[in-house]
Amino acid sequence: MADLKSEFLGIHSPNPFWLASAPPTDKAYNVNRAFEAGWGGAVWKTLGEDPPIVNVSGPRYSALHSNERRVIGFNNIELITDRPLQTNLDEMRQIKRDWPDRALVASVMLPMNEEAWAKYVPMIEETGADAFELNFGCPHGMSERGMGAAVGQVPEYIQMATEWCKKAASIPVIVKLTPNVTNIVLTAKAAKEGGADAVSLINTINSIMRVNYDTLTMFPTTDGMGTHGGYCGEAVKPIALNMVAEIARTQETRDIPISGIGGISDWRDAVDFLALGASNVQICTAAMVYGFKIIDDLTDGLSSFLDDKGMRSVTELVGKAVPSVTDWQYLNLNHIEKAFIDQDLCIQCGRCHIVCEDTSHQAITNMVDGVRHFEVIDEECVGCNLCVSVCPVDGCMSMRHLEAGTDPRTGRPISNEKSNWTTHPNNPMRKDK
Amino acid sequence: MATSEADIRPNRLDKAEIEDNFTDLHPPLSRSEALIEADRCYFCYDAPCTTACPTDIDIPSFIQKIRSDNIRGSAHTILKENIMGGMCARVCPTEVLCEDACVRNTHEDKPVEIGLLQRYATDPIFEQATQLFEAGESSGKIVAVVGGGPAGLSCAHRLAMLGHRVKVFNRDAKPGGLNEYGIAAYKTVDNFAQREVDYILSIGNIDVENNVELGVDFTLGDLRDKYDAVFLGFGLGAVNALGLDDEDIPGVEDAVDYIADLRQADDKSTLPVGRRVVVVGGGMTAIDIAVQIKRLGAEDVVITYRRGAEQMGASEFEQNLAQTNGVTILHWAAPTSLSRSDGGAVTIEMERTELDQDGRLQLTGETFSLEADVIFKAIGQTLAGDTLAQELGKLDVDGGKIVVDANQATSIDGIWAGGDCVAGGDDLTVSAVQHGKVAAISIDRSLRNG
Repeated sequence: MADLKSEFLGIHSPNPFWLASAPPTDKAYNVNRAFEAGWGGAVWKTLGEDPPIVNVSGPRYSALHSNERRVIGFNNIELITDRPLQTNLDEMRQIKRDWPDRALVASVMLPMNEEAWAKYVPMIEETGADAFELNFGCPHGMSERGMGAAVGQVPEYIQMATEWCKKAASIPVIVKLTPNVTNIVLTAKAAKEGGADAVSLINTINSIMRVNYDTLTMFPTTDGMGTHGGYCGEAVKPIALNMVAEIARTQETRDIPISGIGGISDWRDAVDFLALGASNVQICTAAMVYGFKIIDDLTDGLSSFLDDKGMRSVTELVGKAVPSVTDWQYLNLNHIEKAFIDQDLCIQCGRCHIVCEDTSHQAITNMVDGVRHFEVIDEECVGCNLCVSVCPVDGCMSMRHLEAGTDPRTGRPISNEKSNWTTHPNNPMRKDK
Repeated sequence: MATSEADIRPNRLDKAEIEDNFTDLHPPLSRSEALIEADRCYFCYDAPCTTACPTDIDIPSFIQKIRSDNIRGSAHTILKENIMGGMCARVCPTEVLCEDACVRNTHEDKPVEIGLLQRYATDPIFEQATQLFEAGESSGKIVAVVGGGPAGLSCAHRLAMLGHRVKVFNRDAKPGGLNEYGIAAYKTVDNFAQREVDYILSIGNIDVENNVELGVDFTLGDLRDKYDAVFLGFGLGAVNALGLDDEDIPGVEDAVDYIADLRQADDKSTLPVGRRVVVVGGGMTAIDIAVQIKRLGAEDVVITYRRGAEQMGASEFEQNLAQTNGVTILHWAAPTSLSRSDGGAVTIEMERTELDQDGRLQLTGETFSLEADVIFKAIGQTLAGDTLAQELGKLDVDGGKIVVDANQATSIDGIWAGGDCVAGGDDLTVSAVQHGKVAAISIDRSLRNG
């Protein structure tokens, strides 16, 4: 079996799966249970100044459900820890003593003045925590007080606070980034310039889940009023993956270690993050939906995967897919694919036909010789992958690369030479080859 | 020759046990079950299930509306094509219609439960009597509908929607036809048939006269004189005979009559039930009488059918239902004679059958006999009565049933027909509803152009 032992900023853990800073890591009781279940590390629920904040006693969470009531997306308006700082520090110290092989990271959120950082950072470090994670991402409540995402959305503030923290800390500092920005690279760069040892992302996305159809108020509410929350869970994974990959492939940020967060529910999601440049991953929603036991699938699924790939450690997987991510302008415009339907697997639902007919290129039949039959018309198929995406049968539809001959759609010969937009004749800004 | 006493009596089971035996055969889906099942629908293009539905219900659409909790919209999608969508959700042999066509059969051998979803969508509409339709702007025309069963009521409802007044002449004491008098009781519990009739009639502009029979109380001529158009949907009033001597002896009964009594009984435990029962026939009625008599407490129930399982008119599901209820099905055996002992028990002599080289059914000479307290005839129905035959003498008839075209028009101008009384039908409620709907649309076109 592949070894899942993980090292992140010199912090060792038996596997690369940490619990993200959130309700599951609010206190020793939960973290103990998580470590007993096998989690590699925990980022403690964000600490703040005393007196602690106060949470609402109404709904803090709500979910986007499938019809089977599977949780697809998740929203929360819980703030940082609402327990006294000392209680948290005492429990963290005990946990680190009881579980020396697990990673314990202190998430912190402090006001924008250096004194606060100078005062609290050493106090927190004394617990024996392995690192700090700076919560510059929380999008609700705390941001109204000039913290959380209010800091994370301004690169200069990120840099400033990171510098204050670094000055006071002797352990590594991870900056947790908010996705509620237009360009994640700018905030990652600011963290790096502030001296951060790593970034973690994404925090949650501003969200309102829906409306209550009876009262026509937003849903959920606390006594009739609601506020936006932070969105997470499976639905946000593609957004998170893009941001991770952007940091991993951009010259100025590619060398900063990444802890990947956002919608990881099973080991395959973890592979996505690791291959796109994260060195480890953090998880919250899946644990909040199913409990800590999901660590079993995460660890042995990842381990089997590494075995199948002939990889001996997680490190070998990290960043593997990053070179395949590029800008649109560099995609090979000479590459031709066509959709293909395996008639032995086709169940005749006709979904491929109707979506192509109504919304794309009229490239799939519905009738051949008077009989219901679905077949790709290569003369019309632009290779868009819509039909493959909607086909309900796994493996029935696929994309096939035309390697030689003529593209029946354009009548042009297929060239094995690569050619992209930068040199395309239609590009007024083209560069000469 | 039977020697024993006939053992026929009520109260074979106590009332509570019988009530329990006649609860819903397919209990309705809960909301969670419905949402999960609806999620299984692939929303096929040109959906095979819709093609397989005799009334052309847009099945993927009504299921999609269940998914979005748009139950009224879902019910409207169903009922606008099939006003008896509630009953059809209970009695359609979906396993040979929509659910047989479901592409999930190819994928995983388990179709979407369309029938149960249809019931989920329509039940609240009937429970709350939510009116989804309104009578159309008056055309000033009035149409006579003969028969208050599925074909007649479907035709009447569509005519009302299209703006015509309708007069329904119904032979029975209540409208509903076989929905009220024929279908097995455990398929339509809680008086659903009458609730559905009430819903259909609540559109307005439909008058129903009960206890009146064509050829007895009025003639086709009367209707043609007084009404702008006529629709015949009176079903099949008589039961086919076995063609044996002594067929009228006590102890030999028509399954259809017994089921009608059963459906109308306030207390089913009062019905007379034989200890040993033989049912002759292979269709839905044979299964319905066999299973119901078993559930009323009969000990031994045997269905005899002259051909094999595959040729039975009853679907595979229905055959399995009979067998899991403890009914024995004897294939390849035909009755040859009937006799009655002094004690009242009836003996039915049977002879084994087989197909000859040309595929024709023939007797093999091998015989056996069955003794029973009651024998039910369930070998199909036919148009009733000489007077009716006289009435219909003016119409083209084939195999004892009325000939119609694709618009359900008969050979006589101004007369349409549908349901079990027309040739080429399949004796299904859903087909009768479609006939009535198609006829109404054709009548409307004719009245507006004529």
